[in-house]
Amino acid sequence: MTLNRRAFIGSGAAAAAMLSAPMLRAQGKPRVVVVGGGAGGATAARYLAKDSDGAIDVTLVEPTRAYYTCFFSNLYIGGFRELSSIGHSYGTLASEYGINVVHDWAVGIDRDAKTVTLAGGAVLPYDRLILSPGIDFVDDAVPGWSVAAQNKMPHAYKAGSQSELLKAQIEAMPEGGRFAMVAPPNPFRCPPGPYERISMVAHLLKEINPTAKILIADPKEKFSKQALFEEGWQKHYSGMIERIGPDFGGGNVSVDPDAMTLNIDGTVEKVDVCNVIPAQKAGRICDMAGITEGNWAPVVPATMQSRMDENIHVLGDATSQGDMPKSGFSANSQAKVAAMAVRGALTGSKVFPAKFSNTCWSLIDTDDGVKVGASYEATEEKISKVDGFISDTGEDAALRKATYEESIGWYAGITEDMFG
Amino acid sequence: MIRTYGRFAAGLAALILSAASAGAEAIGDPERGEELFGMCSGCHEVGKGAENGIGPHLNGIFGRKAASVAEGFRYSDGLRRAGADGLVWHLDKLDAYLENPKALVSATRMSFDGLEDPQERADILAYLRRYSANPQNIPEADPTARPREVELAPEVLALVGDEEYGEYLSSECKICHQADGNDEGIPSITNWPEDDFVVAMHAYKRKLRPHPVMQMMAGRLSDEEIAALAAYFQSIE
Repeated sequence: MTLNRRAFIGSGAAAAAMLSAPMLRAQGKPRVVVVGGGAGGATAARYLAKDSDGAIDVTLVEPTRAYYTCFFSNLYIGGFRELSSIGHSYGTLASEYGINVVHDWAVGIDRDAKTVTLAGGAVLPYDRLILSPGIDFVDDAVPGWSVAAQNKMPHAYKAGSQSELLKAQIEAMPEGGRFAMVAPPNPFRCPPGPYERISMVAHLLKEINPTAKILIADPKEKFSKQALFEEGWQKHYSGMIERIGPDFGGGNVSVDPDAMTLNIDGTVEKVDVCNVIPAQKAGRICDMAGITEGNWAPVVPATMQSRMDENIHVLGDATSQGDMPKSGFSANSQAKVAAMAVRGALTGSKVFPAKFSNTCWSLIDTDDGVKVGASYEATEEKISKVDGFISDTGEDAALRKATYEESIGWYAGITEDMFG
Repeated sequence: MIRTYGRFAAGLAALILSAASAGAEAIGDPERGEELFGMCSGCHEVGKGAENGIGPHLNGIFGRKAASVAEGFRYSDGLRRAGADGLVWHLDKLDAYLENPKALVSATRMSFDGLEDPQERADILAYLRRYSANPQNIPEADPTARPREVELAPEVLALVGDEEYGEYLSSECKICHQADGNDEGIPSITNWPEDDFVVAMHAYKRKLRPHPVMQMMAGRLSDEEIAALAAYFQSIE
């Protein structure tokens, strides 16, 4: 083929067009897609939109229109909160922050094309993707139980209708009946959560069914705030609660939801309500994206970027990051670090050193609140705990009441921080 | 604020660089610690299935009260007294014990001359830390890294706060303290006079004010960071 001048000009133009294509894309408004509208995702979306002043196009994908926080859902079960008081909508994020809120399920991620596919068929392109999907349950973690049995044996570990169901079942227990909990193995969402729940169930039963009993089958030797809970159970609910730890077969449990029985290391127990909290893993979308290792998604501590894909950040319960407990507070704290890193990468804004913190409050009985908290910093290997505190056993009633009131203030603060 | 920003910016950039590179410091090198543990393993077991031998097993040693292994190890009177007096094995105490056992507990039976090299002690302790509770599962478990040191300068009140940095730092405060000034259960910190804010934060940092969350939060803030927060919280509407 002879190269004439016309052909040469033509191919030159084509080459120039090809070269300029990525430039044009980079000059457009950068797009961030956030999957999951909980403590991690809602916070990240809000901070990105707020702090970039419209320079970043933020889309939040969350299937539910009314989001119920897992934190404080135990207080609903105990009768300290109305369910409506822990429900939140995304209206303000859309109207005041300009976030494109899409109520749909993310069902696929193409990391090469950098797109998220939704169940409704839409395809969302992204420059950065933030995944904050929370937890899913490990299949067959408790033999005999599956999500199909969650109406008979609720987990109530994703708040909302499950919380309502569990509370209704407790209220319908026969006089002197028995409530059982199958506690999860480490690591799981909200380390003190199952034990705060036990406290709240005991509080409710003490009021409406004082001869009822509570049984816990637990695969763990130790649990968070153990001395505080055990002191409180002795003080408020003496003789009501029995916990079977791993030494006595608490880790070897199967259930039969139709018969309402659980088998603890060969001993069959018939119960009236059975709250099964199975072993957990990162929300399934992380698996679909191919960014998990084992059950969780490993992240780079300083930025919360996936260790498998620098264009994806992962937040909250779904991550494997080191020392932070899986909690709403942790997810909110991680979201701010990730939002800052994403803004820095996409708009060149200042990136300050990452700081993380967490506090978990638990309510044991009326005006008897306790807390545990810590601060964390990023080391190369992981997010490392550097300092912390925990309530003491034997604290006076005034301090415990102040701690509970503080938790109410915290709830108002964090939900405003998430939803605007 | 804009007036003073330029002057402060250079210092701030330097601060951020140093802070970013410092971060938290790992306790030590656990791999090297595993090798060094050879000098302890004649008496102490650690890891899955570890049992008491000549010395007690060391699983869960971090945060454990001295002389309190549940399975009934026979301790020296000296170590039992230390436990009764409130000795709990945190990083600093374990480090002192490894440096010179008899300096910490006079009548201990642990026949070990002590380890002079701080790095070797740190490495052994980093290795042992693996076999105590994980803070992800038990948030109150002992730290796994050393916090970076924060210096308290004399001319604290003279510092000029950087609002932008303050706004970033404030995101941590706003998890509890509502920006709109609502003070149910948790006090409002919006629109405080800058000087009052700085004084209060330093009082928490030095643990003069009693609240544990605030002591922890303030304890990790540098003077510049406190000044930046004070400037930000005074400025918001």
